Amino acid sequence: MVKARSRWPDGGEAAGRFAPGDRVRVAAREALGHCRTPWYLRGKTGVIASIHGTFRDPERLAYHQPGLPAQVLYKVRFRQREVWDRYDGPAGDQLEADIFEYWLEPA
Amino acid sequence: MIGTFLHGSQHMPQPKRKTMLRKGAGGRAAHDVGGLEFGSIDREEHDPALWEKRTDAMLRLLVGPSKRAFTVDGMRRVIEDYGQQQYDRTAYYEKWIRAVRNLIVEQGVVSREEIEARMAEVREKFEKAGRKASKEKIPW
Repeated sequence: MVKARSRWPDGGEAAGRFAPGDRVRVAAREALGHCRTPWYLRGKTGVIASIHGTFRDPERLAYHQPGLPAQVLYKVRFRQREVWDRYDGPAGDQLEADIFEYWLEPA
Repeated sequence: MIGTFLHGSQHMPQPKRKTMLRKGAGGRAAHDVGGLEFGSIDREEHDPALWEKRTDAMLRLLVGPSKRAFTVDGMRRVIEDYGQQQYDRTAYYEKWIRAVRNLIVEQGVVSREEIEARMAEVREKFEKAGRKASKEKIPW
């Protein structure tokens, strides 16, 4: 557990479920309506690179709701070769994406 | 005149949650195209047109702290609610201006009738002055 500080007014403070270095999998589910987790990362496994803090939830803000409680946002690092089936770049290439905690599960 | 509106106000209708799917791409939403084949990217820089600059300015004013008519998340939602066909055929700032228009109507800042009346007025002025006005309408 890592404390994540709010970077948004009224966001409060939240204890992050994951810590840098943890392996995580992006949920392979479909979303109904606005969401910021790209399709190409669903079901993919990566590593927590850092914790950005807590932010109001865009999936609620998009519908004129306050977006509270604020959600923990992580920077997650993926291997390009694990993200793309036919990736032919250097083996060490990585990709980073900002993913909210409720889209992540331990891997 | 546009007054101050707080997003999240209770009396505003709650927009419906929906996902417009991309055809033949599983459960992927129409806008969520990362990794799909779209050919090469045009990397040439273009000077923004005046209406594009105005669109940008309007969005910033409406989202900013003095108005808060809606959020950028709300704008993404309206853009993403566009069907695949409209999404693919409209340009970047066309998506923006449509979203701004729809959101200020949704939030009760102005009415749809007010906007359409004003558009008709502008079109008439253009035609009287012998200027060309596009007949194309951006679908709501």
